[in-house]
Amino acid sequence: MANIIEKILSRAAGKKEVIPGEIIEANIDCAMVNEITGHLTIKYFYELGAKEVWNRDRIVMVLDHTIPAASIEAAELHKIMREFAREQKIKYFYDVGRGGISHQIMIEKGHVKPGDVVVGADSHTCTYGAIGAFSTGIGSTEMTAVFMTGRLWFKVPKVIEIKVNGNFRKFVTPKDLFLKIAKILGVSGANYRGLEFKGPTIENMSIAGRMTICNMAIEVGAKAGIVGVDGKTLDYLKDRINEPFFIAKNDQDAEYERSLELYVDDLPPLVSCPDAVDNVKPVSEVEGVELDQVFIGSCTNGRMEDLRLAAEILKGNKVNERTRLLIIPASQEVFLDALREGLIETFLLSGAIVANPTCGACYGAHLGVLASGEVCLSTTNRNFIGRMGSTKSKVYLASPATAAASAIKGRITDPTTFRSD
Amino acid sequence: MKLIGKAVKYGDDINTDYIIPGKYMVLTDPVELAKHAMEGIDPSFTEKSKDSIIVAGKNFGCGSSREQASISLKYSGTKAIVAKSFARIFYRNAINIGLPVLECEGLWDIVKDGDQLMLDLESGEIKNLTNNKSTQAQPLPDFILELIEIGGLLNKLRRMKV
Repeated sequence: MANIIEKILSRAAGKKEVIPGEIIEANIDCAMVNEITGHLTIKYFYELGAKEVWNRDRIVMVLDHTIPAASIEAAELHKIMREFAREQKIKYFYDVGRGGISHQIMIEKGHVKPGDVVVGADSHTCTYGAIGAFSTGIGSTEMTAVFMTGRLWFKVPKVIEIKVNGNFRKFVTPKDLFLKIAKILGVSGANYRGLEFKGPTIENMSIAGRMTICNMAIEVGAKAGIVGVDGKTLDYLKDRINEPFFIAKNDQDAEYERSLELYVDDLPPLVSCPDAVDNVKPVSEVEGVELDQVFIGSCTNGRMEDLRLAAEILKGNKVNERTRLLIIPASQEVFLDALREGLIETFLLSGAIVANPTCGACYGAHLGVLASGEVCLSTTNRNFIGRMGSTKSKVYLASPATAAASAIKGRITDPTTFRSD
Repeated sequence: MKLIGKAVKYGDDINTDYIIPGKYMVLTDPVELAKHAMEGIDPSFTEKSKDSIIVAGKNFGCGSSREQASISLKYSGTKAIVAKSFARIFYRNAINIGLPVLECEGLWDIVKDGDQLMLDLESGEIKNLTNNKSTQAQPLPDFILELIEIGGLLNKLRRMKV
């Protein structure tokens, strides 16, 4: 019987049921582009002689990858997006200073509803599974087809069920859980699959934490990550969405390709070591690696919950003199909340630099670019060679708690055993 | 549809940051992008990319959705990619821009860098013309073959006149 991904896809395809492997054509509820992928979509749209987008209320355009423009080339991409949004009267266009990182604002501003099928021209579009939507990344050319028709073909994925039990220890987080999953599945272990996260640990997890684990589904190759809608989802959405939406529920005997069962009670803080996301070790095994830079932010870990955790550790401490700490809130809303709550002051007093919401640091484009030989510990999602700058730099991935403790010590540090000097 | 090219070999998990590093995402000209193809892992790629067939291991194209990855390879002169497996967004992107991608487990072990290969996209047969060995890739489904033959999704949309 059907799992929630199959139920959402069958609804979007107008079919009673779908089976894994079946090719369907689905109606798209919402489509998102950013400036580094959207400019190609716009170019192809005009090349095809298209006049109007299929639905100006269902396209969200976001400037987020290079904010504010750091070069003339980047500014030109912004301009292409801005002009298209004006010409097509796109209802939701987030210019510099208005939104933040796309994946954060898609959920924060209520553009994604549970049960929706959402595509974005960015691989971390899978984040929106956190509120029970089916969302996946596509390329710029396919997005042109979506802009024109509002439809796209999908192969119904097989789904891997991941049941999670137990309570996290203090300073162990959903990020550590996902790194554990990456270690088990490997970077291609869920290729073409959906991941459904469930179980008591997920039920207790905030929407922010669910966003972190769904966000990283792509790092094991998954097409989508998803968590079923529950009271926490409805509570989060009550002031953000005022339209009705579809709550997909698993049939009692819902079918999965396979199941994993995990227990987090004894889970230690983990770190993904260079140069692959599945090269995961307990932080305790790599403690002492010296760090030139620590970065806290991104669509993976740039939310209030992440910043609060970092501030809790940083408060009253100083960033080690050999290390620089860069903190980037995921959106303007998060930035403002962090400011009002005093977190930004804590960060600045600790010696961190706080920058405006953008993806720049995560993908080595601007803000915090690494020099040759430098080592960075980052709360982001990828540590490929050269991801954050020089191909001779190295990136370790970890939670905001591990990042904050490591920034104070100037070397990789286990936050669960951390003591300030 | 048959293609002939010389093999350029890579291992597993060649990600999109290796294929086209993030700092080049501001480039809009495909020819300029192609000058940096594979720069993240093999700065000498563009010296051997003309009429090449990339032969790779598992999970080729993992990571970002940036279509600039497949575009940079296409404009660098790469005729096709044969990998043990592909990451899904890259796979769709390549087909959508008309760059043939074939999944084949057996090729990697019977190919050396620089070997002449012949691919038959319809049947999936791959011949190594240098050592006369051959193997079989998974044939492409008809609708994907059709997309490649007409040069990608944009041409299809053009014909549909949507």
